[in-house]
Amino acid sequence: MKNGFRQSMAWLHTWTGLLLGWLLFAIFVTGTSSYFQEEITAWMTPEVRSVPVDGPTRFAAATRWLEREAPGASEWSVYSAGKRAAGMQLYWVNGPDAPADAPTDARLDGAGRKTEARETRGGEFLYRFHYDLYYINWYWARWIVGIAAMSMLVAILSGIVTHKKIIADFFLLRLGKGQRSWLDAHNASSVLFLPFILMITYTGLVSLATHYMPWGIAANYADEQKFADATFPWPAPAERVGPAPLIAVAPLVERAERTWGVGAGSVRILNPGDRAAQIIVSTAPDSGMSVRQRSLTFDGVTGKVVGAHNPSGAATATEGTMIGLHAGRFSNGVLRTLYFLSGLAGCVMVATGLILWTVKRRAKLADPERPHFGFRLVEKLNIGAIAGLPFAMAVYFLANRLLPVGEAGRSGREIAAFFIAWGAVFVWSAVRPSALAWIEALAMTAGAFAAVPLVNALTTDRSLVTSLGSGDWVFAGFDTAMLLIATGFGWAAATARRRSTGSGAAGGKRPAKALSTKVA
Amino acid sequence: MSRAVEVLRGARWRDIAARALAAVPLNYAVTSTITVLIARILPGSAQQASIGATLLCFIIFAGVAMTAFAVRSVSRLWVGLITIGVAAGLADWCLIAWGGRL
Repeated sequence: MKNGFRQSMAWLHTWTGLLLGWLLFAIFVTGTSSYFQEEITAWMTPEVRSVPVDGPTRFAAATRWLEREAPGASEWSVYSAGKRAAGMQLYWVNGPDAPADAPTDARLDGAGRKTEARETRGGEFLYRFHYDLYYINWYWARWIVGIAAMSMLVAILSGIVTHKKIIADFFLLRLGKGQRSWLDAHNASSVLFLPFILMITYTGLVSLATHYMPWGIAANYADEQKFADATFPWPAPAERVGPAPLIAVAPLVERAERTWGVGAGSVRILNPGDRAAQIIVSTAPDSGMSVRQRSLTFDGVTGKVVGAHNPSGAATATEGTMIGLHAGRFSNGVLRTLYFLSGLAGCVMVATGLILWTVKRRAKLADPERPHFGFRLVEKLNIGAIAGLPFAMAVYFLANRLLPVGEAGRSGREIAAFFIAWGAVFVWSAVRPSALAWIEALAMTAGAFAAVPLVNALTTDRSLVTSLGSGDWVFAGFDTAMLLIATGFGWAAATARRRSTGSGAAGGKRPAKALSTKVA
Repeated sequence: MSRAVEVLRGARWRDIAARALAAVPLNYAVTSTITVLIARILPGSAQQASIGATLLCFIIFAGVAMTAFAVRSVSRLWVGLITIGVAAGLADWCLIAWGGRL
């Protein structure tokens, strides 16, 4: 680092960006898809048709279901993801008399009927993958994701200081000019969306902050549990004292919603059917910008308020709002779409940055026909990540429609299909010449996304035509998004092909320079 | 000529390795001691101070990581970071010994 500050930072930007760029791309793509997690889950369970019902009614319906199906439980909990979610997730802890293999969870629709749908993890798999990965222990996965996120933060900050003319880059996009175009696309996506990209990276780290930096808590608490009890109270069921009927849940939920002025998102009932029963109602995850939820605790027999939890304090509010900004659960349709588009810009930024690394170095290769190992490795990994991951997602959606509906372990096989497809693109890119592998992988991805609405139309009665006709915006939106993504990849494949054949005759230029602007 | 390049290369790799070690593991240790210090001196309740300090730690880490690749002298980088880390660590130890923890 004998040279100037700007050169040092450019070097740091290049290498922090490259080393974890592929993983970052995967985190960005699956994270971006998670803004529509509920909609993806709805599309992946086409059997569920219920429309969301208002809070108090559905919690009452869920409680009646639990009274019938899990009467001996020591606690029940009912969760709703908010207004966009059609169903509710139920958990309970069985009493001592229940057999060890008795069920402890169920999904209900808004009317309180058990959801009879194909077994799938839906959008939740993509959401969890974006910070817990898969096939490895979540504890280490979060460290790996955190290291990637920190590299991203350093890459962004060093990228900013590398810039000479940051304002000019807002308006600069010169297409079809090889390396210059890649740089423009990289700059345009990152500079224009810089507030979002900085926000999402920092708040991502904050979401798992105590995992990475537990020492801030250790500084003031010898026992970490004391911090947890003060911050996230989670009372255990008290000693049972004798049977007594549980009070109706709906009026309590209504009362809690009136107190807060926002909707309820979960109801936890301790010792149902006992004189010691307590009912804890908490705010919905989409009820405000902060993810730190308020709760009211009621006596389960008399219905009197016996406790309240209101997270307060500047640091808690800042933390909760930062995590809330990251997840965007509070956002309405328009804002959610903006979140999604900003996320896509982040994907484009990472993808163009990765491609730029090869484009810049290709011109300087000693023998362009036989590039050195490092160059080939980056090129192949770029194909496997940038075309491979979206391909895997399309295959995940296709597997959802094509695997037999009643099969045991079905959700696991959908996920296996995802990773097999992803791995296949890596293998394909390794054995094929890179220029061809790019075209083929992009074309294959386009084909797979285009096939999704088609296969949906053939295997369900909720085709794009039907959903458009009946105003089913979740299904219509999903299918349309698939077609738009397919068009994007088809265009990228066509551009790569045109540049590849066009420059083949001219000799000098090389193909992967080609894909003119964005790929993701 | 090629020998000179090799020697230069070796030196460059050693330089990068020394900076990377300072930028990641040493940085983590130093950032941790500073985070503890902030959590001890921020006003308000222990809970709020702990959360506040944790929110700030990533700025500190990113700043130190960039500094590690920006400064000219690697030896002064190491000496500087170790000095800050030891000073903050001593202050942490004194504050905890004096004020106790929950």
